[in-house]
Amino acid sequence: MPPRYPLKAKGYKELTNVINKIKDNSMQWRYFKQKIFFGAVRISALIIVLTLGGIVFHIIFNGIGVISWDFITKYPTDSMTKGGIMPAIIGTLYLTVGAISVGLPLGIVSAIYLTEYARQGKIVRIIKVGINCLAGVPSVVFGLFGLGLFVVFLKFGSSILAGSLTLGFLILPTIIGAAEEALKSVPQTFREASLALGVSKWQTIFRIVLPNALPGIMTGSILGIGRAAGETAPIMFTAAAYFTSKLPGSIFDEVMALPYHIYVLATAGTNIEQTRPIQFGTALVLVALVLGIDLIAIVIRSYMRKQKRW
Amino acid sequence: MNRRQKEKLIKAIFFVFALISVVILGLIVFSLFREGLPLFKKVNIYDFIFGLEWYPTADPPLFGIFTLIVASIIVTIFATLIAVPLGVLSAVYISEIAPQVIKEILKSSIELLAGLPSVVLGFFGMVVVAPWMQETFDLPTGLNIVNASVILAIMAIPTISSIAEDALYAVSREFKEASYALGATKFETITRVILPSALSGILTAVILGMSRAIGETMVVLMVAGGAAALPESIFDSVRPMPASIAAEMGEAPYRSAHYQALFATGIVLFFMTMAFNLIADYISNKFRQVGSGTL
Repeated sequence: MPPRYPLKAKGYKELTNVINKIKDNSMQWRYFKQKIFFGAVRISALIIVLTLGGIVFHIIFNGIGVISWDFITKYPTDSMTKGGIMPAIIGTLYLTVGAISVGLPLGIVSAIYLTEYARQGKIVRIIKVGINCLAGVPSVVFGLFGLGLFVVFLKFGSSILAGSLTLGFLILPTIIGAAEEALKSVPQTFREASLALGVSKWQTIFRIVLPNALPGIMTGSILGIGRAAGETAPIMFTAAAYFTSKLPGSIFDEVMALPYHIYVLATAGTNIEQTRPIQFGTALVLVALVLGIDLIAIVIRSYMRKQKRW
Repeated sequence: MNRRQKEKLIKAIFFVFALISVVILGLIVFSLFREGLPLFKKVNIYDFIFGLEWYPTADPPLFGIFTLIVASIIVTIFATLIAVPLGVLSAVYISEIAPQVIKEILKSSIELLAGLPSVVLGFFGMVVVAPWMQETFDLPTGLNIVNASVILAIMAIPTISSIAEDALYAVSREFKEASYALGATKFETITRVILPSALSGILTAVILGMSRAIGETMVVLMVAGGAAALPESIFDSVRPMPASIAAEMGEAPYRSAHYQALFATGIVLFFMTMAFNLIADYISNKFRQVGSGTL
């Protein structure tokens, strides 16, 4: 039975004595501090995992009830208080495909220049700072940019085209980063061997470097796709419609989109309280879509790391 | 065209495309200025930034965004205070302490957390956290600074954690080994050797996390409550800049003063995040650790 020290006048003195004793006993004190620190570190890791788990679980738990075949294949009915979310799913698919077809080619070409051609210098520095700054531009500013440039200045109107371009530029830094990483991971010896055989530089890039970097580039782009599918603010003024009664006929039409649909239902819909299940259901579809895309990328990447041939 | 010329041409083409990011930045500035600057023919720039009254639809309208700027700064500071300890400690855990399996799980979780769409987090804050907070603390509204900061922190954690983790990995092995050889415990090695030498990277992580939080739109739009007044307590509603832009752009008549004021708010927001990013870039370049000789 260890002695007990009441935290009162006399007891306090004894307690400080004990603490001093532990402090004198250096190794014990040092490991005690380590234990406290490790505890804090583990708790913070736990908080993060639990936060993710909690949010995802809550959305699944509340949303799974409305998920049905009809929900994902039917139009919304009764001023969006009943029915499905099919047009929003299709709209998000269009916008995402549009965004990736803008972002991917531009991103890969930028990355090839930066890793294969550029020499360290002022211009490369400016390009890199530009990429970093672009990555930091707030999504709502991208929305304003899309509105000002594509919708107003170039007169595309609120459309799939304007939304795709805005989203494509938004994910550009992600794709450049991933492509750069993938290109850099191709061993220098591959390039040297090819050049030594008399192959020109751009042929080396297209026949040797790119094919080897392709899986890495793809993973990065998949993460970009996930990002594009989930963004709301950039499409609010450039592409998203409150409600459309039919699917878009051309790239100059407005579309419904999942993220915007959630926002509309939750803040401006009719009978906000009663449509909660539909809101959770839509959120669940979006989360499943985005996290599904991200998970695929993560799995492919870890698989590739194990398969690496060099 | 001979081979050398062809090579040169290809290089030139690639170079032009590589400039795209800088060009887009230029286009962003161009379109923001084109739509936003005309406001300052009607409103004095000082009144715009330091004006305390934001009544864009009143007659005559008042465009003072000071309360919006203050709101953005407050939620960003609180979010940073929550996100930095969690982000940095989890990075330490991943890079120094965790066993392989837990490390993989944690890294994937953080990546998935980063992937959660902001509208979903905002929705969660609005329909789950807000009612709970209102009931528990007996508040007039659950949509307030604390709620918005917590949700923003969730968004900033992955940014901070992953960049800080890279910085910690970059600390050279020799430092750690030297520290252990001197008889330091793991805790002492982490706090006295690893963290100090990764400090610039961690600072970069924090600044980029802040930049993420200040620019985040859907969360503050749905969760911060939307009151354009100076807050008196941390449970007051606020209206950060991105929320104001996103909420009002739909109603503002095309090219009206209100519309221009929202673009002008976008200009302020853009340059604030730009400043954050340039500072982060400066720090990470200036104090980059080269070889093991520099600490």
